[in-house]
Amino acid sequence: MDRNKNSYIFIYSIILVVVVAGALSLVAVLLQPKQAKNYEIEQKRNILSALKINVETKEVESTYAKIVTEIAVDESGNEVEKDDALVLYKAQTDKGLKYVFPLSGKGLWGPIWGYLSLDEDLNTVYGAYFDHKSETSGLGAEIATEHFQSQFSGKKIFNADNQFVSVKTNKRGAQNENEVDAVSGATITSTSVSEMIESCLNKYLPYIEKSRR
Amino acid sequence: MEKNRKERIFLDPLIRNNPITVQILGICSALAVTVKLQSAVVMALSLTFVVALSNVIVSLLRKTIPNRIRIIVQLVVVAFLVIVVDQFLKAYVFDISKQLSVFVGLIITNCIVMGRLEAFAMSNSPRRSFIDGLANGLGYGFILIVVAFFRELLGSGTIWNYQVVPQAFYDAGYMNNGLMIMPPMALIAVGLIVWIQRARQQKKEEGK
Repeated sequence: MDRNKNSYIFIYSIILVVVVAGALSLVAVLLQPKQAKNYEIEQKRNILSALKINVETKEVESTYAKIVTEIAVDESGNEVEKDDALVLYKAQTDKGLKYVFPLSGKGLWGPIWGYLSLDEDLNTVYGAYFDHKSETSGLGAEIATEHFQSQFSGKKIFNADNQFVSVKTNKRGAQNENEVDAVSGATITSTSVSEMIESCLNKYLPYIEKSRR
Repeated sequence: MEKNRKERIFLDPLIRNNPITVQILGICSALAVTVKLQSAVVMALSLTFVVALSNVIVSLLRKTIPNRIRIIVQLVVVAFLVIVVDQFLKAYVFDISKQLSVFVGLIITNCIVMGRLEAFAMSNSPRRSFIDGLANGLGYGFILIVVAFFRELLGSGTIWNYQVVPQAFYDAGYMNNGLMIMPPMALIAVGLIVWIQRARQQKKEEGK
């Protein structure tokens, strides 16, 4: 058989690709449940991280089940049963009742996401967790560090006049209790974090205002 | 004579013709994943698996592969194995796969893999190709583990995530060397190993 004939090359590559694609699909389908489970644990670990609880991978699920309850609210701030409504998490920690809000937004190179936990007054930030898909290491990627995230503790999402202002990153450094230091050299990622927190909390604002009273 | 050759296929890549220290291949990932011993070991095993198996597959196919698309065929085989490894890591050692992030995917571009396929598997039997792939993977892994051992010990004071530098040292003013965690120190560590090995080898050859 002439291995340099075009027909041979075409048939050879078609068979090769079909066989490889078939094998890969099989592997992907077989491992899918196990991977989905890992992502779920990872998400729970992140929620716990926003509550400043860091546990071993083995203990994530039991700790989560013990203290966190998921609730859903609609756009006017009422608690509902529906699945497609806005989801937030109530957690009974040893430091009291906390609320955890999921965040997601756009960074410089790809998606960024995280969780923000508020104290029972729904104003003071208790903890924050951020992560990113592909921000620049050493610059934008700093939002995923303890150093950046710990700044959020104790900040307020309402200003002195009781207006919702969210927590913003400021390049000149935190000027008041509604601001944290931005990451130097990562203006776009820092601004994205501000926008993400503001736009995501905004959706929950009716619920937050209702529950504060 | 025949037995001698087989032994050399296995032993050469471990030290005398080590892919990292002698051929200077696969340096990029060697620098990136050697901060912790655990990720270095997983990376070493993944690469060994990919080189050994892709060597076998390509060697089995070697008489059917059309010469004009042989690099493409090799790439498809390597990419296939790398995706399989990546999926398994995500399913069974999720934490480590997060640390290794893109570097598992980048095994595809690791020069060691393509180098062995072209230089060895295309012209040798599956069994020999397997031994060759295994040995090259282990030679790569050996250097990774040595570098990671020192980087983790000096950079974090731990080995395999267990604290080995006693608290008393820290109380007495000892500090972890932050530089060891940075990529430049990996380059220096690899450089030192290359230096030591070449100096010794030269002496041996001169002594002959």
